[in-house]
Amino acid sequence: MTSSELQSLYQEIILDHQKHPHGFGLVDGAAASSHQLNPTCGDEITLELHVEPGTDVVSAVHWTGHGCAISQASASLFTEMAAGHSLSELDERIGAFREVMRSRGTIEADEDLLGDAAVLSGVSKYIARVKCAMLAWVAAEHAIAQVRAA
Amino acid sequence: MLVVTTDAVTAAVAAPSTLTPAEIANIRADFPILSESVNGHPLVYLDSGATSQRPRSVLDAERDFSEHHNSAVHRGAHTLAALATERFEDARSSVARFVGADENEIVWTSNATEAINLVAYAMGNASLGRGAPASDRFRLGEGDEIVVTVREHHANLIPWQELAARTGATLRFIPVDDDGELRMSEAAAIIGPRTRVLAFTHVSNVLGTISPVAELVALAKAVGALVVLDACQSVPHLAVDVRALDVDFAVFSGHKMLGPTGIGVLYGRSELLDALPPFLTGGSMITTVTMDRAEYLPAPQRFEAGTQRVSQVVALAAAVDYLTAVGMDRIARHETELGARLVAGLAGMPGIRLLGTSEGRIGLASVDVKGVHSHDVGQFLDDRGIAVRVGHHCAQPLHRRLGVTSSTRASTYLYTTADEVDEFLAGLAEVRTFFGVTS
Repeated sequence: MTSSELQSLYQEIILDHQKHPHGFGLVDGAAASSHQLNPTCGDEITLELHVEPGTDVVSAVHWTGHGCAISQASASLFTEMAAGHSLSELDERIGAFREVMRSRGTIEADEDLLGDAAVLSGVSKYIARVKCAMLAWVAAEHAIAQVRAA
Repeated sequence: MLVVTTDAVTAAVAAPSTLTPAEIANIRADFPILSESVNGHPLVYLDSGATSQRPRSVLDAERDFSEHHNSAVHRGAHTLAALATERFEDARSSVARFVGADENEIVWTSNATEAINLVAYAMGNASLGRGAPASDRFRLGEGDEIVVTVREHHANLIPWQELAARTGATLRFIPVDDDGELRMSEAAAIIGPRTRVLAFTHVSNVLGTISPVAELVALAKAVGALVVLDACQSVPHLAVDVRALDVDFAVFSGHKMLGPTGIGVLYGRSELLDALPPFLTGGSMITTVTMDRAEYLPAPQRFEAGTQRVSQVVALAAAVDYLTAVGMDRIARHETELGARLVAGLAGMPGIRLLGTSEGRIGLASVDVKGVHSHDVGQFLDDRGIAVRVGHHCAQPLHRRLGVTSSTRASTYLYTTADEVDEFLAGLAEVRTFFGVTS
């Protein structure tokens, strides 16, 4: 009875990330922090970037919050993807992810660029859920701006 | 020979007949949107608590007005202006009759939110001395208290927060128990000599349960407080008589009762409306204007500044006619049965918690699905063409009190069938398995 579209929205890997999220729980020593709220559903996230001293390379991402499977899995997938990248490399990836999310199903994410986060491509067909997928990425964008401003 | 006893007559009056499947089929045929398909499935619309669907007669009324009578009301001497004004005021009479009010006690607003804000801002203006001495009874200041409940829609909370902030009055809350029901013993302690306003919802938009209006009104009357009733979830679903309820103000929304968006209603007892200073000011609400000051018309025109939503008003009257023709008692009976069907179907469903289990509900139920966020529940149901509301339903404090951040709400109306309720229940029974939640 469940459609293939719904199956592709909630792929096994997405549900796995929701149940066993990467980087869940904040850790001292963050370079920047951002809190984002989706007022329509009350979902929220606090995401923190840890940066290797003396560089602009993100060493780790930690986050906490609550929300739907898409928002939680997306935060986990971002965390997994982000570690080891420079701020400008993350800028590029966040931009690419946003372009996919806004494409209404017309653009498939580049796995080489986004890693496992590419599995979120199917979300873009569900306009009401794009914000859920973007929540952690927008938080990261704000945190990156803070690191640069510091 | 058939002997009808007095008891039998009383019973027949007390218990109106429900809507038959054949009647519901006829009703559904009047609502074009109910024949739509969503995601390859026939639409199962269980979101009437957010906004109801519109019968052809409502759509036609708006079109007919636009094609034959469209003109500005309460101005102009030409034929169309007179016809438009007549239909606008006839609609006011229809809506007034529908809730047991007089026509001069019905004020048109954009929506129920604006209606509550109208009362709150007008009281704020009275607190600044506008409209004195008639408006003195609405003055608020330090030491005065406004009482609401924890189960209010944000629309019946935030305007009072703001009024308290502007006037120095204190906002107090009647708490709810773990089931979302009002703690009436505490209400009796909170509503006291300092209470000037008691604002509460007739039917909770989250729980679907009905508030003890008579008890609350008695507590307010005993201390001379004004009662403001949020009737958004009651007027569409129950036979409501504002005078029998003995409330001072009541608000409801056109789009939740088969009408269009953009039209809300404020009921106010006439002597109160006539003593209340205006909220929005401008054209159409005045008698004499000089460069320094203006005199205002009596209610309801005093509160209807600017060009009015005439086609929406005319369409709302058609909605009221439709509901009246079916019969509010019968609609309420039908929806009470659907509400009971929802509750019975949810009982014992593993991992499903019904929010608010007390007796006396409309056809509305919200649930928390253990381990699955409401957005994901809604997405799963939408895949089957089932439209429900997910999120906090503009009632964050109540959700927080119940220990959840959001919920999934199914809400019915006169066109909802028992089969649709069963489809929702069947979907809900499978949702945790789909998301791999077993504990």
